[in-house]
Amino acid sequence: MNPFSYQRATSPDQAIQAVSAPGTKFLGGGTNLIDLMKYNVEHPTKLIDVTHVGFDQIAATSTTTIIGAGVRNSDLANHDTIRTNYPLLSQALLSGASAQLRNMATTGGNLMQRTRCYYFMDTAFIHCNKRTPGSGCSAIHGFNRIHAILGASGGDTGSQCIATNPSDMSVALAALNATIHVTGPKGKRTIPIGDFHRLPGTTPQLDTNLNPDELITAVELPTPKFAKHSYYLKVRDRQSYAFALVSVAAGLEMDGNTIKSAGLALGGVAHKPWRSADAEKSLVGSTPGPEAFQRAANFAVSGADPHKDNAFKVELAKQSIVRALTLAAQGVQA
Amino acid sequence: MSFPPCTDIEDPIEQAPPDHPETSSDIEFSRRTFVKSASILGAAVATGLPQLATAQDGHNAETTTPQTASLTLKVNGTSHALTLDTRTTLLDALREQLTLTGSKKGCDHGQCGACTVLVDGRRVNSCLTLAVMADGSEITTIEGLAKGDTLHPVQAAFLEHDGFQCGYCTPGQICSAVGLLKEHKHKTLSTVSFETGNTTNPELTDDEIRERMSGNICRCGAYPNIVAAVRAASKGVSA
Repeated sequence: MNPFSYQRATSPDQAIQAVSAPGTKFLGGGTNLIDLMKYNVEHPTKLIDVTHVGFDQIAATSTTTIIGAGVRNSDLANHDTIRTNYPLLSQALLSGASAQLRNMATTGGNLMQRTRCYYFMDTAFIHCNKRTPGSGCSAIHGFNRIHAILGASGGDTGSQCIATNPSDMSVALAALNATIHVTGPKGKRTIPIGDFHRLPGTTPQLDTNLNPDELITAVELPTPKFAKHSYYLKVRDRQSYAFALVSVAAGLEMDGNTIKSAGLALGGVAHKPWRSADAEKSLVGSTPGPEAFQRAANFAVSGADPHKDNAFKVELAKQSIVRALTLAAQGVQA
Repeated sequence: MSFPPCTDIEDPIEQAPPDHPETSSDIEFSRRTFVKSASILGAAVATGLPQLATAQDGHNAETTTPQTASLTLKVNGTSHALTLDTRTTLLDALREQLTLTGSKKGCDHGQCGACTVLVDGRRVNSCLTLAVMADGSEITTIEGLAKGDTLHPVQAAFLEHDGFQCGYCTPGQICSAVGLLKEHKHKTLSTVSFETGNTTNPELTDDEIRERMSGNICRCGAYPNIVAAVRAASKGVSA
């Protein structure tokens, strides 16, 4: 790990001012950044600890819920408002990592998680367009069982990337249609969750559309619609403490036996949480059941472009969608 | 004792016909880079020049001099004023500076849980916590659980139920279990709670214990006894 200086910011303004120096990064829980620094994948020269800037509250109004960016994953998952109104988010958070890591990880930090692509995380591999832009992609012809089947960049070797976003929380936030609040030297702005993470395109080194000098302040959840009918299904190589091969965040708003609205997002399949507007639209007005769910699943994976080792993900994703929607339709059991 | 010379020798792997060009060149680079960085590193140490970061692979590392920070770690009720390299993890500070070697270094990447300690009452991986991040926090390690000669109930339960074999993961397992029981007292959920539908105040079943302890790996496979120990401790029948 390279040397770095450390500063504990006590206000957002102080944090934003401090991050303007080159080589500076914000530090949340550290569960991903410090890990990557140990691997020499990340090498900031200054860390600004933003866990003491006062973003540790969850505020609910009659229409929205505002989650401070510094709220720890475990606190968020177990907050009364979240458990009652957004159980999909609780379930997704608790599907991720371990109890220890969830006690450390922050909401903002979770949004900034980097990929778990082996070729990105191991600097012995020189070809990684995400780590070293223009160097190529070892994953495309390598072991790509865990990699993307949707939305990957198909460009030249200097921009190819089939990395996936590893977050569970972000998949639920996509299905819940969250909004990210950020602040920076040019002031505050909001970013819809769908535009926060990005597809690799020709710049796979960029995971998000957040500017380097901007700080996430909060995540806003809209009026709850899926409190009674939601499910986060995570399919992985072992039952706990593993990243998703495929995950599905499914939420249904019911009107009698008819689907009034739906939220559907996939994890483990793309460079960002994969939300399919066509799949969601196809569910509206339908009666819950295999026919509607399979149709939605087909829409969701439409255009899938698997690689040598991950073709199984296409069928896995489809079946997982049907199962998650089926469990969501059954409703809360407690 | 002598070592082979650290020169940029041709490696047989380079002559092999590359089935997967990228993979084999990766390996080639890896070996060459290692040899090169090793020699540069050796040179830097020899000359006493702090050039490591720039020497490694040319990435932009403005800071090449170790940075220090002054902090206070409150460990098991005692405050320690320390001046540490900012890179020092809480785990290394505990083990190397405070000689509290109960907390173990397993993977050093937050994947095994051997380093688990309680920070402000919550279980965390001390290997991914910088010591400076814990400045001012109350830290409890395995050394701080017992009251004199009286074991903490979770410690007693691990003894009673033989919740270990080699014992390397045990301090982390026990600290983790202490955190687990406290979390359960606050009616927290796990992913199992959603699978079973018990999302109000789930009973600490074996499935719940397994899920909630999944951040602690035991290479000896003492899991059945670890679960038994946690179950016993949760019911207050430790011994």
